This record gives sequence, structure tokens and C-alpha cells, in this order.
Amino acid sequence: MQEPRLALSGVTKSFGDVTVLHGINLTVAPGEMVCLIGASGSGKSTLLRCMNGLEPVDNGEVRLDGIDIAEPGFDLGPIRQRIGIVFQSFNLFPHMTAYENVALAPTRVLKQGNAARPRIEGLFERFGLGGHMGKYPDQLSGGQQQRVAVIRALAMRPQTMLFDEITSALDPELVGEVLDVLRSLRDDGMTMVLATHEMGFARELADRICFMDKGVIAEEGKPNEIFSNPKQERTKQFLASVLR
Amino acid sequence: MTSRRAAYEARQRRRANLLAGASTAVVIGLLVFLIPLAPGWQAVKSSFFNGEIFVRTFPDLAGVFLINIAIFAWSVPLIMALGLAIALARGARAPVLFPLRIFGAVYVDLFRGIPVVLLVYLVGFGIPGLGLPRPWNSPYIWGTVALVLTYSAYVAEVLRSGIESIHASQRNAAICLGLSERDTMRYVVLPQAIRRVVPANMNMLVALQKDVALLSFIGPVEILRQAGIFKSLLANFTPYVVAAVIFLCVTVPATRYADYLMNRDRNART
Repeated sequence: MQEPRLALSGVTKSFGDVTVLHGINLTVAPGEMVCLIGASGSGKSTLLRCMNGLEPVDNGEVRLDGIDIAEPGFDLGPIRQRIGIVFQSFNLFPHMTAYENVALAPTRVLKQGNAARPRIEGLFERFGLGGHMGKYPDQLSGGQQQRVAVIRALAMRPQTMLFDEITSALDPELVGEVLDVLRSLRDDGMTMVLATHEMGFARELADRICFMDKGVIAEEGKPNEIFSNPKQERTKQFLASVLR
Repeated sequence: MTSRRAAYEARQRRRANLLAGASTAVVIGLLVFLIPLAPGWQAVKSSFFNGEIFVRTFPDLAGVFLINIAIFAWSVPLIMALGLAIALARGARAPVLFPLRIFGAVYVDLFRGIPVVLLVYLVGFGIPGLGLPRPWNSPYIWGTVALVLTYSAYVAEVLRSGIESIHASQRNAAICLGLSERDTMRYVVLPQAIRRVVPANMNMLVALQKDVALLSFIGPVEILRQAGIFKSLLANFTPYVVAAVIFLCVTVPATRYADYLMNRDRNART
């Protein structure tokens, strides 16, 4: 069997007295797209942030391509190039143009300088932002900003992408353009883990759905199984509340 | 055709302007009428508001004010550079750099805690007292050092508050792209922090411009000292009023500009 891209075992995480993750086990194969669904506060975002070491885990292993990146003291710097993350609130750098936002890491981390320029311009073209490279974030719509954030992560050529509710802060009419970006990445065979509230999108594209509740993965399976025939009572309740 | 509301608002505006004008006229009238009634008014008038002396000393004092501007101009880059260095030292997290953090904290406490005028005396008289050879005993140098020590401590605190005001999500975004702590500070946090504290630093510079006059106590013939010389020569205090007017010509526009920046900043962020 192919080695999993990401393998989490027994991951626990607490903030002070509040335990947010109670022993998570999850593997993601190369090219797989996994969607984490569940109510706010169920631990989806924290789980994503543990996958790239942004939040240190308390116990358990997070193996990225076989290497345990959750080992205390592990140098995450080089790993971060292999795993990109996009946040709900875009987090673009407001004092830089869209192009500068994207070029910063390739210039400073990969030391590519202008060599990366054609590649970066290609990414902007591909995602329909060719004419917006010189604009500042506050001159772009939410959907455009979020697409720039995706391009910024992609410019580091990650093998794995994490998406933390990236459409939740957008006006409804802008959600589609960002989901199209995800579709396009899916077609590339990018390994992706999404925390999302877009149930229709998850059902259409995900290889696997993980329903999270109170810090555990309560149920996981193929989209059709989860959405049409959930086994657990709490999965049924959650789906009933969001799929009205 | 003006709308009903526009007509009403125009009426209200006319009424407000009328009231404001009338009340201002009354206050000014009272001042002009009452102040000359004070028993010492004639003496004060001739020794502080002597028109002839005002006109005679104004050009010289304005010329000497260039010394103030020069001292100000070479102090500012030193203050900004040192302030930034101290702010970064206070934010250093590596265990090896702990002494640097302590140094930064002590520096800020020390130089913010001593009145500027006292520091000007201590540094301006104390260090040349070591018997340094020319030009190292110049009061210009040590007066500048005193100003730089005090103001860099303030600027360091302003910058540090700016750095801390940048949301953690910006830092996270940079770190997740693989940037080092150093590059994150340099390219992501600092540029935003410095922009955010420009208005606060402008106010600092206005205060500095005035405090340059404190150097008159240790030797440099800048505007305050020159005004003192004229006062003694002419046995009249009008030169001090001239100096005050010249200061206001610089500090009022600068303060207004700082306020403007601060307001624009506030509006931009809401």
C-alpha cells in the first residue's frame, strides 16, 4: 500500500482546561480530498492547524510523508513548504500588492527572486486574476482576496493543502469563484483537507467525509454514505440541522 | 428646488453661525476691555509686547532658529534608529538574547523616568567634565545625546506597541508560508507596525522640536538662549514672545498634521 501523505494517530490537544481534540486518528492518501464537517467548536480548525504544526499537539503523532512533525522540538520551517494552508480570514499582508503577497515566500524562503515570476504570473492567470496582480488587498473583493491567498500558498509548490473554512467569511455570491479554485486543484490531484460548511460541495467532490463532534471524529466514510445513510445519531442530527 | 430638509438645515446652520459669532465677539470684547484694566498692564505691555523690539529682534531670532532645526534634524534619524533597535531588543525571545531584553527594559525605564532637562544637565555638563579634547567636549554633541537617549526610549515604546498591535494571524500566515521569525518581523510585521504608529511618532517629534530649546542651558546659542541675550541687552522680555511665536509657526502646523494623520488612520480602520 502507498504510504499515506498524512497520518495522525492519537492526537490530543487542549487549550488550558478545555480539551479540543480527544485522540484523533486519520490518514490521508496522496491525491485524496478529505472534508471535515461538524458544528462550530467541534475541533475542525484546530485539527487542521495541528496538521501543519501551527498548533503544537499535546500527545500523539502527526506524520507528514512518514516524518513525525509533532515531535516536540521538531524544526517545522522546511516542512511548511510542503504543506500549504489557507485561512477563513484570508490573512493577506495589507501593505503588499497581490503579487508581492505571493512572491514574498518564494523570494525569501526558496531564494528564487525573479525566477519565480513567470510561475507566479501563471498562477494569477490560471485563477482569473491576471489583471489584479498590482492591486492591494483592500482593492480586491473577498473572493478575489481569498483566491490570492490560495495562490500565495500554491506558489510554494506544496504537495498538501489545508483549507480552513475558506468560504465562510465570503458573501454568498462570491463563494462559487473560490470553490471553482478548489475544483481545479482537485483536478490536478492535489492532496487536500478542508474544514467546510459547504455540504453540497463536500458531497460532490470529497473522497471522504469526516464528521467531527466534541473533539472526536464521530463518523467517517464516502460522501454518499455519510449524507444519505449516516449511522450515528449525532451525525443525523447535525445533517438534519444544516441540510434544511 | 431645495428640499424641505435642506432648507431646514440651512436655517439651523445660519442660526448656529450667528450664535457662535456673537459669543466669540463678546468674549474677545471682554478680554480687550478687561485686561488693560489690570494695574500692571502698562508695564507688561511695554516689556512683553513692544512692537518696535518685536520687529527688530524677529529676523535674528528666526535666523538662530535654524540651529534648533539643525539639532532637530540630526537627532531624528538617530532617535528612530535607536528606538527601533531598543524595541526589537525588548521583543527578543531567544534565551541567549535575554541580556538584550533586560537591557532594553532598563533603558526604557531609565530614560523615560528622568526629566529631559535633568538629563540635558547631567550629560551636557557631566561628560565634557571628563576632560575630553575638542571637538568631543561640544555641548552640541552631548546635548544631542541627551535628547536622543530620552526620545529613543519613548519611540521604542511606541514602536513596541505598534508591533504588538499587529494581529497574530498575520504572523501565522507568514510562518505557515515557511518564513523565518526574522523575515516575518522584517517583511510582514514591522512595515505594518511602523505605518500604524506614524501619528504617535509625529507627536513625539513635535515635543522634540520644543525640547531642543533645553539645550540652551548647556551652551548652544539656539533661539531660547539668543532671546535671553536680547532680553538682557534690551532690558525687555519681548524677544521671548518672538521666540514663542516662531515655535508656534512650526509646532502648530506639525501638530495639526499629526492629528490629521491620526484621524485618517482611525477612519481607515473602522
